[in-house]
Amino acid sequence: MPELILDGRALRVGEGTSVAAALALGGDGCSRTSVSGQRRAPLCGMGICQECRVTIDGRRRLACQTLCRDGMQVETRS
Amino acid sequence: MSEYADVLIIGAGPAGMSAALAAAPSGARIVLIDDNPAPGGQIWRAGPQASQPSLARRLREQLQQRANIRVHSSTRVIACAGLKQLLLEDADRGWLMVYDKLILCTGARELLLPFPGWTLPGVTGAGGLQALIKGGLPVQGERVVIAGSGPLLLASAASAKQYGARVLRIAEQASTAAVAGFAAQLPRWPDKWLQSFSLFDRHYRTGTHVLAALGTEKLEGVRLQQQGQIVELACDRLACGFGLIPNTQLGQALGCELDGQALAVDAWQATRRADHYAAGECTGFGGSELALVEGTIAGHAAVGERHAAQALGARRKRWQGFARALNQAFALNPQLKKLAEPDTLVCRCEDVPYSAITGHADWRAAKLASRCGMGACQGRVCGGAVQHLFGWQPAAPRPPFSPARIETLLCLDDTPPL
Amino acid sequence: MNPGPIADVIVIGAGIIGAACAQALARRGLRVLVVDAGLPGATAAGMGHLLVLDDNPAELALSQYSLQRWREHGPDLPAGCAYRSNGTLWLAANAEEMAVAQSKYLNLQAQGVACEVVSQRALREREPQLREGLEGGLLINGDGILYAPATAHWMLDTANVSRMQARVSEVDGNRVRLDDGRWLGAEAVILANGIQANELCPELPIEPKKGHLLITDRYPASVTHTLVELGYVTSAHNASGPSTACNIQPRPTGQLFIGASRQFGTSDPQVEGWMLARMLKRAIEYMPGLAQLNGIRAWTGFRAASPDGLPLVGQHPQRKGLWLAVGHEGLGVTTAPGTADLLVAQLFNETAPLAAQPYLPQRFLGEAVYA
Repeated sequence: MPELILDGRALRVGEGTSVAAALALGGDGCSRTSVSGQRRAPLCGMGICQECRVTIDGRRRLACQTLCRDGMQVETRS
Repeated sequence: MSEYADVLIIGAGPAGMSAALAAAPSGARIVLIDDNPAPGGQIWRAGPQASQPSLARRLREQLQQRANIRVHSSTRVIACAGLKQLLLEDADRGWLMVYDKLILCTGARELLLPFPGWTLPGVTGAGGLQALIKGGLPVQGERVVIAGSGPLLLASAASAKQYGARVLRIAEQASTAAVAGFAAQLPRWPDKWLQSFSLFDRHYRTGTHVLAALGTEKLEGVRLQQQGQIVELACDRLACGFGLIPNTQLGQALGCELDGQALAVDAWQATRRADHYAAGECTGFGGSELALVEGTIAGHAAVGERHAAQALGARRKRWQGFARALNQAFALNPQLKKLAEPDTLVCRCEDVPYSAITGHADWRAAKLASRCGMGACQGRVCGGAVQHLFGWQPAAPRPPFSPARIETLLCLDDTPPL
Repeated sequence: MNPGPIADVIVIGAGIIGAACAQALARRGLRVLVVDAGLPGATAAGMGHLLVLDDNPAELALSQYSLQRWREHGPDLPAGCAYRSNGTLWLAANAEEMAVAQSKYLNLQAQGVACEVVSQRALREREPQLREGLEGGLLINGDGILYAPATAHWMLDTANVSRMQARVSEVDGNRVRLDDGRWLGAEAVILANGIQANELCPELPIEPKKGHLLITDRYPASVTHTLVELGYVTSAHNASGPSTACNIQPRPTGQLFIGASRQFGTSDPQVEGWMLARMLKRAIEYMPGLAQLNGIRAWTGFRAASPDGLPLVGQHPQRKGLWLAVGHEGLGVTTAPGTADLLVAQLFNETAPLAAQPYLPQRFLGEAVYA
């Protein structure tokens, strides 16, 4: 059961859970802030729409296509 | 530095997996790449809240057993790097892949059309919700409205219910007559007919489409046009998708031709470009059974087993019939083109409203003037929408075919000049 | 068969040069028709960098004058033009380049261009994303950036400017023939269509110079000034083979816009992987952190280059009634105001705000055959 850090808070999830799911398990489900300041959440679930862009261990990645790993640092506001 | 494949297969859904397994006995060196964390594509997506049909499990096991099939998951194609050379990227690195034959099994994505409120957290695609649930998205006790078009709505509703959601409504835009006409044909494909019973839901309404998603910070409700009446439902999630569009971008970049919106292939699943094949939803929507047989044909054809490929022609024809019935029944109501209001965002990446996009001559003019399509999705969502709304053809694809780390692009340094 | 003038002036090309000329003439009370074929042009592709360049006095005069005009009118531009006066920071990688920075400083200061030498330590403070070990640089404070397509659009949206989407197939002094066979006439025709100019006037010494560009996803702002390597000055204008130079522009969107590359001898717009990679490699040498950012789009554009690096601005010496505003290479957006003012002055027979001589077409085409 990996434990990740989501926006500074620790969160333990089941094996094989996507980061997109973790956003909802540990927070409000939102992944990013849009150009005009609205919060956004995953839309297409399959790596197309780019709404689920988050920063994972310093790199911009898609939450819906990334599995949670122990010690992973996820940020939705950078 | 580069990797080599006799047969390179892009996409590990039903088509890609069956292509790999069909080609494997030849002894060819096969590489299967896929952008998800595990094979299965959309319909057989793996995850903590995904139930795999036994066929899917069997195929995955067989893939692993074959010593001459190498699977690269979480991997995307970023650019053409020369003749029969592609630049790939995964979570850690970029590298070059050289191949002799290529089979494109790039699948399809949902058609997502703009309507007021569609950018609110809580709104997803219909297939999108299913994919997210499979990956572990909690929906226990949540009120869900599913909308849009196609059998995918029922599949999505089934996943939601399985994991504890309350599906309040399934809003199918196609008319009662169209859906009934389709249902009446289902006995031609007994498995599908049987499947339809398990998917039946008493909240299913035909002739119904979404008008707006309601809420301020996040979704709080939905307004529907239900058989002529306006209906509002309080809910936590709206999963809305209007059918599927083939993912043809990579094929086009490789010089393959289109047949309508899909990649054009012949009886061998061969594209116009020599040594390049395509199978599955990217050649036209038709469901997993069609994808399986097309993939198998492509796999055999790619390693020169024409006899084996030919033998499957009848089976393919049967499932092409299903595809035709599907596509006819679920054609989209023209009213869906009128849902967006002037301030409804069309380009979600760059926050460009409908009013900034209408009135231009074509996609290119609209892009330049409004920056629509210049964001990270590279016009896949908004471009799909405006193609439906205005008939604008998308531009020819350019590398990077997906956002890619700049260090990955450095691998192109050795590629030859034009 | 000429059914009367369709406008006072016809401008061929609705890019930034044509747009600037159209706006300037319309503001002087003329009716202007801008004809554009809708082909991809440099305005849509380029970096929108507003910069003072001092390779030679004429280049400095034109860019300095134009920058002044941009600074005056920046506040008038709508938000979509994204005008910013964020300065250019020329980077010196070694002592030799630092000496170049110093001499540029002296030259520019003498000409009244606000600039300052930046020490090694000050460079690290101003731009912490740059790698350690750079020698320092030269900051040109008044340089800026803007989004050229929106700016051209705004210029064309001026009273008395009308537009037509059509391809011009022939020019004959102050008349043009369209693809559909129609002839349109005016008092004057201005040719401002960049690399397509020598389709209509084969005698023009314009050559396409291909450039690659890449833009990243949006990230929290980490770069302030447009960063250009001083090696750019030497490599860009002197090389005949393909060349790259570090050019990193911070967009107001939070994206980093990366250039620059130059290639002659091709008009194929395809992105060439090897050229893109070399350009990115050069940029990473100055800003290592770029390597981890996502590039979301890459494309190419063609600069209209003239043999001496200066544009051709003035009446065509052999074709009376045809005026040229072409050959701006990488300085089209920068020098659009100066180009427009030079042309307006010549058309109205007024004293130009800067000496017109160095940009006159005669220098390549020979002396005028008419009075």
